[in-house]
Amino acid sequence: MTAVDAGMLTTADGRPLKDALARAEGRAKRRAFLLVAPLLIFILVTFVWPILQVLEQSVYNPKFSDNMPGMVSWFASHPVGTEPDEAAYATLVGDLKAAAEAKTVAVVGERVNYALPGTRSLFTAVGRKAKTLEPPFKESLIAVDPKWGDPDLWGVMRQVAKPYTGDFFLAAVDLERDKNGSIVRVNENERVYVNLFLRTFAMSAFITAICLVLAYPVAHLLAVLPLRQSNLLMILVLLPFWTSLLVRTTSWMVLLQEQGVINNILVALGIISDDGRLQMINNRMGTTIAMTHILLPFMILPLYSVMRPIPPSYVRAARSLGATSWTAFRRVYFPQTVPGIGAGTLLVFILSVGYYITPALVGGSSGTLISNLIAFHVNKSNNWSMAAALATILLVAILILYWLYDKLVGIDKLKLG
Amino acid sequence: MKKLLILTTALTGFGFAASAEDITVVSWGGAYTKSQVEAYHKPFTAKTGINVTSVDSDNPGPQVKTQEEAGNVTIDVADVEYSDAVRLCDEGMLETIGMDALPPGADGTPAKDDFLPGSVTDCAVATIVFSTNYGYDTTKFPNGGPTTIADFFDTKKFPGKRGLGKRPKANLEMALMADGVPAADVYKTLGTPEGVDRAFKKLDSIKKDIVWWEAGAQAPQLLADGEVSMTTAYNGRLFSAAIADGKPFKQVWDGQVYEYDLFVVPKGAPHKDAAIEFVKFATSTQALADQAKWIAYGPARKSSAALVGKFNDGKTDMGPYMPTNPENMKNALGSSYEFWVDHDAELNDRFNAWLAAN
Amino acid sequence: MSLPVYASPLERVWYYTFRAICALVFLFLIAPILVVIPLSFNAEAFFTFTQKMLHFDPSGYSLRWYDLLLTFPDVPTDVPRDAAWWATVWREAAWVNAAKNSVIVGFFATIIATTLGTLAALGLSRPEMPFRKVIMAILISPMIVPVIIITLGLFFFYSAIEVNKWGVPYLGVILAHATLGIPFVIITVTATLSGFDHSLTRAAANLGASPTRAFLKVVMPLITPGMISGALFAFVTSFDEVVVVLFVGRNDEQTIPRQMWNGIREQISPAILSVATILVIISIGLLASVELLRRRGERLRGMSPQ
Repeated sequence: MTAVDAGMLTTADGRPLKDALARAEGRAKRRAFLLVAPLLIFILVTFVWPILQVLEQSVYNPKFSDNMPGMVSWFASHPVGTEPDEAAYATLVGDLKAAAEAKTVAVVGERVNYALPGTRSLFTAVGRKAKTLEPPFKESLIAVDPKWGDPDLWGVMRQVAKPYTGDFFLAAVDLERDKNGSIVRVNENERVYVNLFLRTFAMSAFITAICLVLAYPVAHLLAVLPLRQSNLLMILVLLPFWTSLLVRTTSWMVLLQEQGVINNILVALGIISDDGRLQMINNRMGTTIAMTHILLPFMILPLYSVMRPIPPSYVRAARSLGATSWTAFRRVYFPQTVPGIGAGTLLVFILSVGYYITPALVGGSSGTLISNLIAFHVNKSNNWSMAAALATILLVAILILYWLYDKLVGIDKLKLG
Repeated sequence: MKKLLILTTALTGFGFAASAEDITVVSWGGAYTKSQVEAYHKPFTAKTGINVTSVDSDNPGPQVKTQEEAGNVTIDVADVEYSDAVRLCDEGMLETIGMDALPPGADGTPAKDDFLPGSVTDCAVATIVFSTNYGYDTTKFPNGGPTTIADFFDTKKFPGKRGLGKRPKANLEMALMADGVPAADVYKTLGTPEGVDRAFKKLDSIKKDIVWWEAGAQAPQLLADGEVSMTTAYNGRLFSAAIADGKPFKQVWDGQVYEYDLFVVPKGAPHKDAAIEFVKFATSTQALADQAKWIAYGPARKSSAALVGKFNDGKTDMGPYMPTNPENMKNALGSSYEFWVDHDAELNDRFNAWLAAN
Repeated sequence: MSLPVYASPLERVWYYTFRAICALVFLFLIAPILVVIPLSFNAEAFFTFTQKMLHFDPSGYSLRWYDLLLTFPDVPTDVPRDAAWWATVWREAAWVNAAKNSVIVGFFATIIATTLGTLAALGLSRPEMPFRKVIMAILISPMIVPVIIITLGLFFFYSAIEVNKWGVPYLGVILAHATLGIPFVIITVTATLSGFDHSLTRAAANLGASPTRAFLKVVMPLITPGMISGALFAFVTSFDEVVVVLFVGRNDEQTIPRQMWNGIREQISPAILSVATILVIISIGLLASVELLRRRGERLRGMSPQ
């Protein structure tokens, strides 16, 4: 073997070692990636793509533009503020006739109704009479209902004629466009979402705090007991974790109802009178208690996994150096558990802001969360763009927290049981 | 791997519930669905061999709409309220059935004279007249219970929690009647912003005492569990709880809101022909009369009314429990589908905002 | 942690208070789960303890609600319980059908989640894996994103591809449940591989084992416990899932949670409590298996409890 270059090592077949290593590494990388690829594709199709569709739906609503093509082009060719003339009305009537024929006029009305309540009937009424409308169309439409001459209605139609719109996001934070197009808050008695977002975050924070307070001593006990005992007690933490969410929610209904187990015990013990039964369910309290119970294991487990490896000798050393037990806890033990607190708190908070089932069953009206309203818009009011806009806001909040969790804790540190 | 295959095959052998010709009927659950199963589904299966899968819903109308918009229709027949029937028909989401397709009454009266006025539309056929009224637990009021709709909203005179359906419909009407608006003026009042405010203000007066129900069967359950002392409900549910289950409930008819319930076939229903056959069968004179043996709802055919006699216990007269009984109609409101078709969306928004406000 | 001899009176008080607090928290965790068990044997249609139950009068207890699970809604009760009757139960009882559906959905969702999840975990735990953190974050996210948002997305997605018209029953629900179960498989399998000494496979190769053989003989035994507990997690996730089923399942796709959801909203009769009891017993069994697997896994990796 002749030395080609003093610094250049080669493999047996004469290729530079660096290349060969790089190639081998590339192969290993590809092999690793190939193992992950099937799942990645699966998740992209069944999870990421559907989520992207939620994002799209939140800004995309073609109910008007699909069914009123004439109006779309009229709005495109006439600038804002153009007084609708007879030609505009003729286009409108033409579109309405076609929509009535296709039975989509109510769909159009619904879209306009989101932006200007009370207008759905304008469209359905005209839909029924569309065939009988004669020129001049402006007069005959206004004869059906004078609202057809209302500039507000025309302004709204111009807005909703665009299939891509930010209006649902505005509505999701209780804002709307007024007739001049500037953004204003909706009437006080129609504000709902900001309130609910705040309630969702406040209740989640409260639940997280209770979980922390309850979990900390328990995790500590589990961490300092000999393994055999702590494993036994750990079962008490893990059993709820493995028990069906619906079972646990049912149990709380049984316990908390006005004629339920807890009230009965309190009455039997004479603590409260039979008329003074406590209202603990179908309100915020019901949601808080049941969710705390359901999420508590998610706080205990990360705390435990941080506390277990802390050597007891640190606290003993602090004590022997003269610290009181409180000081030793505060200055020595507690700081070491902060990573566990961070992990548990974030996890519980993230899980609780998206809760749906438990608040729906035990929350009444004061204990429902934003998820319940998303569900309402999916299957009761059928305003999917609204549901999507609310979901997007919630999703962004959660992704930020998730990112934070990854930064502070690391996703790969997530453990189960 | 071989084991896995065997297991897979075994599991597949569990078989999937529905066969190709079975139809899916979505209705309101509880005692009401039971009455339909007894009076419609079972005789229909016996006659045609087509099985009927019954699915419960809080309100089937919006569910039909959801499926139609998603282009994913699995419902064959749905039991919906009048406003939903009209709206879905407007939007082209229902198959047309029409009066001409319906058989004459058992006494030979043609369908168009036999059905109550307005109870058959292009797309929907009414089965019953039902009412939202309220009932109370007599044991909670030993010194005489409430008798008027105003009493329902009077928690001083009649203390205790109130059950109400978690939607604006019927609640707003009842609130206005309780506030002194005559039945005839309710929708005129509710058509104005001031009227809506007035109704919500009345609801506000008992807001902290309200327990909300969503599925129709929850209302009598709340009353039975002692969670509320009185609750609004679909009248047949209160009847079933009181008469069939022997609960100490009494109904108050003052301020009741009555309307039709209709069968519709969603456009693109997987078994459209069988579904329409089912609707024709279920709205025949005999089927409608049979249903009244199971629950206190008035049949939509005149020829059936004559056949309605006693509850299936053989002793309870159904007459006094029917929404259309003259005694019960003294202060009653016919629900306006025109109103709700137009105002549903905005009043729902307002209602949600009201619920969410602290 | 016994009380040290030098503890001050205050510390003594605190020591016992602390234990009492912990006992209360454990009670809070476990009591709600256990309370449904006796109530499910109630002879009356109440879901609180009757006087007879409190006095342990046998007539206060009965199996009627369990019986109802077999006969609801339409199985005749007044006929002899022979083979034909049981066949009717198998065919018609709503709860039995729901259980069958739940098992079918859970089984297939678990198979998909475990197969794909284990493969991916193997790739992810290799040191050469590119974009490891990002990919891991994506694969874990179905656990973090609220299920209502996932459901909403699936609702749009399934409508667009018309999954219900493909003729494969439960397909939409199965795929969704597999997605929800995957993070659990990844977490448990990567946990068994954490601290895995990759020189072991190299040693096997050195000794002449083919990569397949090295995998089967060296890696497989190590990850099997993690795989099984991941699979159990995935199965439970599916078995307990109700939101997806409610929103994207076909009307006739009734699973146990969906049937429970309907039942809870309409009336919590003790029948619901008897289902709950059965589910609690199942979860105790699952918990025990996972616990045994975990210990086995630790033993295999030489991490004996200290």
